[in-house]
Amino acid sequence: MAIAPPVSTGLSFQLNGEIADVSGEPPQTTLLDYLRSRGLTGAKEGCAEGECGSCTVVMVRPCGEGSAYKPVNSCLMFLPMAAGHEIYTVEALARGGQLHPAQRAMAAAGGSQCGYCTPGFVMSLFAEQYRPGRNGPCSTSALGGNLCRCTGYRPIRDAALSLGPAPEDEFGLRLKMPAPAPEAFRGATFSRPSSVAECLSILAENPHARLVGGATDLAVESNLKGKRFGSLISVELIPELRVFKETSDFVEIGAALSLDEIGALWRNAPSFFGEWLELFASPPIRNRATLGGNLATASPIGDSAPLLLALDAEVRIAGHSGTRVLPLDTFFTGYRRTLLRAGELLVSIRIPKPLPQIVRFYKVAKRRLDDISTVAAAFALSRDRAGRVEMARLAYGGVAAVPTRARSAEASLVGSNWDLTAVARAQGALEREVSPIGDHRGSAAYRLAMAQSLIAKFHHETEGG
Amino acid sequence: MKLAGSPLPHESAEGHVTGAALYTDDLVGRFPGTLHAWPVMAPHAHARVIELDIRPALRHAGVVATLTGSDVPGEGNSGANRHDEPLFPDEVLYHGQPVAWVLGETLEAARQGASRVAVRYEPLPAILSIEDAIVQRSFLSGPARCFRGDAASAIADAPCRVHGELRIGGQEHFYLETQCALACMDESGGVFLHCSTQHPTETQAIVARALGIGENRVTVECLRMGGAFGGKEVQANAWAAIAALGAWKTRRPVRVRLPRALDMALTGKRHPFLARYAAGHDERGILRGFDVELYSDGGWSLDLSEPVLWRAIFHLDNAYLLPAVNVTGYVCRTNKTSQTAFRGFGGPQGMLVIEDALDRIARSLGLPPEVVRERNFYREGDTTHYGMRVKDAGRISRIWDELKESSSFDARRERVQAFNSAQRHRKRGIAITPVKFGISFTATMFNQAGALVLIYRDGTVQVSHGGTEMGQGLHTKIQQIAAESLGVNLDAVRVMPTRTDKVPNTSATAASAGTDLNGAAVADACQQLKARLAPVAARMADSPNVNFAQVVEAAYRERIPLFAQGYYRTPGLSYDPRTGQGTPFHYFAYGAAVSEVEVDGFTGEYRYLRTDLLEDVGDSVSPVIDMGQVEGGFVQGLGWLTLEELVWNDDGRLATDGASTYKLPSWTELPEDFRASFLTRASEPGVVFGSKAVGEPPLMLAISVREALRDAIAAFGDGGVVELESPATPERVYWAIQRVAAAKLVLNEPLAAGALRE
Repeated sequence: MAIAPPVSTGLSFQLNGEIADVSGEPPQTTLLDYLRSRGLTGAKEGCAEGECGSCTVVMVRPCGEGSAYKPVNSCLMFLPMAAGHEIYTVEALARGGQLHPAQRAMAAAGGSQCGYCTPGFVMSLFAEQYRPGRNGPCSTSALGGNLCRCTGYRPIRDAALSLGPAPEDEFGLRLKMPAPAPEAFRGATFSRPSSVAECLSILAENPHARLVGGATDLAVESNLKGKRFGSLISVELIPELRVFKETSDFVEIGAALSLDEIGALWRNAPSFFGEWLELFASPPIRNRATLGGNLATASPIGDSAPLLLALDAEVRIAGHSGTRVLPLDTFFTGYRRTLLRAGELLVSIRIPKPLPQIVRFYKVAKRRLDDISTVAAAFALSRDRAGRVEMARLAYGGVAAVPTRARSAEASLVGSNWDLTAVARAQGALEREVSPIGDHRGSAAYRLAMAQSLIAKFHHETEGG
Repeated sequence: MKLAGSPLPHESAEGHVTGAALYTDDLVGRFPGTLHAWPVMAPHAHARVIELDIRPALRHAGVVATLTGSDVPGEGNSGANRHDEPLFPDEVLYHGQPVAWVLGETLEAARQGASRVAVRYEPLPAILSIEDAIVQRSFLSGPARCFRGDAASAIADAPCRVHGELRIGGQEHFYLETQCALACMDESGGVFLHCSTQHPTETQAIVARALGIGENRVTVECLRMGGAFGGKEVQANAWAAIAALGAWKTRRPVRVRLPRALDMALTGKRHPFLARYAAGHDERGILRGFDVELYSDGGWSLDLSEPVLWRAIFHLDNAYLLPAVNVTGYVCRTNKTSQTAFRGFGGPQGMLVIEDALDRIARSLGLPPEVVRERNFYREGDTTHYGMRVKDAGRISRIWDELKESSSFDARRERVQAFNSAQRHRKRGIAITPVKFGISFTATMFNQAGALVLIYRDGTVQVSHGGTEMGQGLHTKIQQIAAESLGVNLDAVRVMPTRTDKVPNTSATAASAGTDLNGAAVADACQQLKARLAPVAARMADSPNVNFAQVVEAAYRERIPLFAQGYYRTPGLSYDPRTGQGTPFHYFAYGAAVSEVEVDGFTGEYRYLRTDLLEDVGDSVSPVIDMGQVEGGFVQGLGWLTLEELVWNDDGRLATDGASTYKLPSWTELPEDFRASFLTRASEPGVVFGSKAVGEPPLMLAISVREALRDAIAAFGDGGVVELESPATPERVYWAIQRVAAAKLVLNEPLAAGALRE
């Protein structure tokens, strides 16, 4: 098997160095289903919602002049979305009867017990080993999208830490070449337009078609809830949705950029952004999930909305009558509902500059990493020279049907000193302002207590009080 | 180097890392024409099925057949003992219970077909909590009683008393490989199944019963499992029966695989428990009497709930002498999944009760909990409340002392106090807890095992035994034991997939006893063969460089049989379930753990700073495997006690039915500093190669984490008792902090604002 730049066209992709034709597969088929039906059973289904990582494969994605291996959840990729891409599964790693170093390390360290999650771990570790620019040991946070029920992770950590620099092998050489450039496609059940105009016209012809970015939400609806989508429109090629621009007035982020891409593009991002990114799902999800998708699904517990609300972001929406710009604050209208109208397309998100003096993001969850928030909060604060609060934005997820700002709590802070009295005042206002619900993630009382307590924590961390 | 005792990786490690190791569902491609099954699930926790119309499903493209009660040639019930698990129920007993199945050319066809089956239900009142079950006297079993002395008088006469009520949550197994069975007709009219099961023999029996055929016409093979943890001890049987019924009806291979959401909704979990207790003790915290009521949530059918309850009762003492004790236990019948075996099998719940009580006693006396724990330890010569001598009781103190020393416990306790005095919003806690866990099936008859060892003329060996491989490394240990016993290289020994046509009437691979039982049976077979080969080898001693294969060939030519069956039964067991007295265990596995945590007072979230484990594994047959069990068991126990929370909705539906809502330990749950070691000088006479069972006991080392959390919570207040239900989620920790802080009566700061409204 040779590793060469891809030549696939249409609904085919390069799988372990060979062309795989996937025309005519049923629309709900995932890449994982397909791999297993082809006898590539190394990738396993453990959860079908991108949480366990047993189905992890790697995609070759652009990185600088060359490319990088990015682990993704094959259970969350509708098969046509793989078209034009280059994908490797665990079966491709061992060459000539020799285990790949990532495989050898896992085996030698006792990193497998039942072995079911192991191919997924190996693929994440493989991608991490070849990560361009990696200095020092492999990071276990690169394995944050893989769950193991047997080992307790210590031997897997040891395996990761034992790995040296990326081998100068075929897999290493491959990364010196560019990643494949998938092409536009137009079909009855799947389209991949290459411009906003083309996308809008497909949407107009096909009002029931669903826009899809990374499918990290949509595929869960399909796999778990049995929802079926007759027609999908992938936004991955639309240039306007892939912009990243930073000027003195704003930072503009294309709706179809993955979280991982945003992290790479925003080179001098403020520290809160990096902290937030690390709390956003897992590496394989960040490699696929888009910022636009996270906002457009309008989940009350999505993690991007609170931060962007605290930053006073606006969304840019394309429709047949042109582009309109809305404050994100008005975008969410109800549980999983937004101002996006039929036939419209979320293009980008703009964060105004200068950024507030102080910004913090908090996420309270059962598990510290890769969990859905019980309560998420983003706080932005600016003070005048006298230390009085000039501007305060307190944005929350998980306390209402929509991501929301606590306006009266904000107002209670403006003009006063940032002290414990102000904290208590904001907490009191908050109690009158939000009335969260209770569910399996947390009781209503806990959610309210967290919404309040996080203000105190914010004060403590900014003032040491 | 000796093979038994060498630190080898898992025998399938290379298959694991390459993806070449196959699991049941990986085999589907080898069975052309396989049909896929999807259940018709009842949307009620309790209801009568009024009408079931499968015709709409049959009209759906790709649907081949349906399965209902009329398709069962034998007995349509998978309940192993009480016959209380109908495969096609007239009365739905838990939310999601399958009432019919649809078989399709594709999974999608079966799924869509199942959604078209028309069912009319008459909803009935459901019992969804232990409390409701108690009020309605809804019990599957009980009362189970075990007592020593007069606990009531001992408590009444004691200088001090505490009372407590503890709610203990269940736990989802979350084996990464969900339940799966693949059935086909064999070449002679029988049924062959690949099945992810811990108990192929019982799966075989249930399938034979459902088909109304002899067990000799059913063969079950388990290649390996992607984790099981007890969840496939009996709960694999129903799905295997459905696959077999489908194959029987259609004469085509049928695959039943539960996707995660179905697996979580339909299969049993670790039993939630409610414990109410009273303890009498003296001023030094030494127990005088202990009176306990245990209620387990058994769910809709009996399953293994009785032995689980008994193991909880047997482990109420953990490592402590209970001079007078009275335990009464009930299995509650509720309209939930049928709770089942899970690593520890009731032991963890029983231990949690006594640990809760001892911490309560310590804090009510103002004593460090570790001091009170130590004062109550068993000493050599003591007997348990069920009348069994505590073998090697001295190891409890030895492990305790060694671990306190190696973990610098005393110095760290001081550092924790210093940290807590300096910090207002973050507090640390540290705790040390012991484990004593009884090894053997409490039902004596299960403590037997068989093996079949075949030597071929080229000197290679096949080993079959009754145990199944679920990741615990049993096959690795068996390979080591066989190679060591025969005196051959490891790669000469192949451990075969577990099949019911190689070794019959096996026990479940469970109770941590897989190696003790099957390893001893394999060693027995190998010793027989070795004895037969010894004279042959002796006669060849003069020839240079004689190898095993040459000896084998010579033996063949001398017409010496080159295969043997091995057998083992655990000696010395006797136990009367009517009196709750006897010697149910061969020996005890001991261990202890020290954990240190840091709690964020603003949110109740916490970090695991450091854990030190010391486990008695005897002379380890396979140290890498055993260390994997110790560390992995600890982290799994930590999950049970902290973040893994099962939540059922008011209508009886499991709300936490997937990986996004039910959180397993991930990297953040790996203690930042994690040290595990084995007790030295710990050979266990009478067990294969002096080793000890290791599968379950380490799980209970995680109780140290819960107790460390209570220690940290206490630091937010002025001392006193810390009420904390299990699991100790950040929310529960937060409210516990609020309670101790309220007791401290210094609430004039924002930390407490908005609190105290639980």
